[in-house]
Amino acid sequence: MGSITLNKVSKVFGEANVIPSIDLEINNGEFVVFVGPSGCGKSTLLRLIAGLEDVSGGQIMIDGKDVTQAAPAARGLAMVFQSYALYPHMSVRKNIAFPLKMAKMDQSAIDKKVEAAAKVLNLTDYLERKPSQLSGGQRQRVAIGRAIVREPSAFLFDEPLSNLDAALRGTMRLEISDLHNQLKTTMIYVTHDQVEAMTMADKIVVLNRGNIEQVGSPLDLYKNPRNLFVAGFIGSPHMNFVDGAYAQSKNAKMAGIRPEHLGLSKDSGLWTGTVKVAEHLGADTFLHLDVDGIGPVTARAGGEFGAHHGDRVYLTPDESKLHRFDDKGLTIRA
Amino acid sequence: MATQNTKTLARAMMAPSVLLLLVWMIVPLAMTLWFSFQNYNLLDPTQTGFAGLFNYEFFYTDPAFFQSIWNTLVIVGGVLLITVVGGIAIALLLDQPIFGQGIVRILIISPFFVMPPVAALIWKNMIMHPGYGVLGDINRFFGFEPVDWFARYPLFSIVVIVAWQWLPFATLILLTALQSLDGEQKEAAEMDGANFLNRFIYLVLPHLARAITVVILIQTIFLLGVYAEILVTTNGGPGYASTNLAFLIYRTALLGYDVGGASAGGIIAVVLANIVAFFLMRAVGKNLDR
Repeated sequence: MGSITLNKVSKVFGEANVIPSIDLEINNGEFVVFVGPSGCGKSTLLRLIAGLEDVSGGQIMIDGKDVTQAAPAARGLAMVFQSYALYPHMSVRKNIAFPLKMAKMDQSAIDKKVEAAAKVLNLTDYLERKPSQLSGGQRQRVAIGRAIVREPSAFLFDEPLSNLDAALRGTMRLEISDLHNQLKTTMIYVTHDQVEAMTMADKIVVLNRGNIEQVGSPLDLYKNPRNLFVAGFIGSPHMNFVDGAYAQSKNAKMAGIRPEHLGLSKDSGLWTGTVKVAEHLGADTFLHLDVDGIGPVTARAGGEFGAHHGDRVYLTPDESKLHRFDDKGLTIRA
Repeated sequence: MATQNTKTLARAMMAPSVLLLLVWMIVPLAMTLWFSFQNYNLLDPTQTGFAGLFNYEFFYTDPAFFQSIWNTLVIVGGVLLITVVGGIAIALLLDQPIFGQGIVRILIISPFFVMPPVAALIWKNMIMHPGYGVLGDINRFFGFEPVDWFARYPLFSIVVIVAWQWLPFATLILLTALQSLDGEQKEAAEMDGANFLNRFIYLVLPHLARAITVVILIQTIFLLGVYAEILVTTNGGPGYASTNLAFLIYRTALLGYDVGGASAGGIIAVVLANIVAFFLMRAVGKNLDR
């Protein structure tokens, strides 16, 4: 129930080859996140799986069945849209019940399912309201409710949190993860936010220009990025890239070191830099430095590390956490 | 204090135009009301003075009176039915991506630019005429008798002509409403297993409710006073078969030279319009406050 296989799937819009060819295996019960910069084809890929776009080539299998030509409703998937796409003139109850009504389920069964979904999502008090009378987070939950009553073989989320404010986004992230633990249904989640990807995913699919750059668990991508793109995209703040003499001394075209793997000191170190901006977050301090002979570098220091604009500090990269890349941008394995 | 001043200033600045509009409305209404209680016939200038309710009685006992009210309502209802249903259908078609979309849209809208008497004359002489009309030619081609539309179905013919003129208006308003329907909602309904008919009933029609209301209200205002189309085609006949209230007033005023009687008719028309407006607002008005 809920394994999806993409076999050489491609999509062409007119002249633009949005997705050249993608092979991907999604196992039952997995939380898979498609992540990538805007325009990388992640939403298109999701819409291809949903059936809202026709593939230009290749094959889509759900639970071993070829659904490449099947209508969206026949695929047994449920989708949560970026704009929530609630039906504005229907009450919350009717919104959630709509897919069941379309499936011609009888009214008492519909009521039971809607009540159950409302209870899971804390919407019981709002069932008679219209979507316009709800807050952003509540609308989001209604959209999820409409998806779960169908008991789909997989959920598809298309950037569902991008319209919420930062605090609510954190809460909803937890709620969706929690829902996944409860339902144990396959979920595919599209986002451009690598924090969402890292925190929620069992498996992250990093996309760039319609190609899969790397597939792996969050920590796997963090520790062993396959190439420059993944190394730069995963992790916050971004990895520092250093070329020139330092990289050559490590037998690489480019060396990468994460901000959290730079040792900071006020007395001595390998590199010397001037603090341009210090971001004090409490637990952490992010220093944006201009390192002599290297250029701009970001470093993470402890919350107690007092540094201000113009201060001179010393940095030492942790050699065991250093990433090395060859002239094609691929990681050099030790 | 500042907002209070701004409000007072705004009221003062708006007052002249409000006053002008008020005078513009009140003066003709008051004069009509005044004339309707006077003996005022251009053929008989000697008879003047207060007439009491005579003008109303005169208009009310006109053999065409009740039929003209019925005809007025039939024209309004019939045209509304054709334009709303037809307008939704054409708007749904025009919303599809087709080759030459821009030109097709202009063609669809063009009947609205044709002035009513011209449109009615074209229908009368080139389309519905039993001898020269296209419909007659088609009938003859299939071996049927040509139909003399204005003699056999005068009111129906008027309704068709007026509906043809107002269909573009309805289509235009409904098309813009249709285009504002969120694409993700359609996709969500598609994923929820709604077929085209269900998407139309549960998604498109509720979305169009406000636009349909606007179409109905605006058209009703104009359709209550249909006049030119009747004048150039059937001239209210045969008998009173296609006389509506506006045409009856015209006949009383300009053919009977009876200003008093026509004024009484005008007041009755105002009352009728208000009754129609009252029921209309009760029926569809709630769609507007959202």
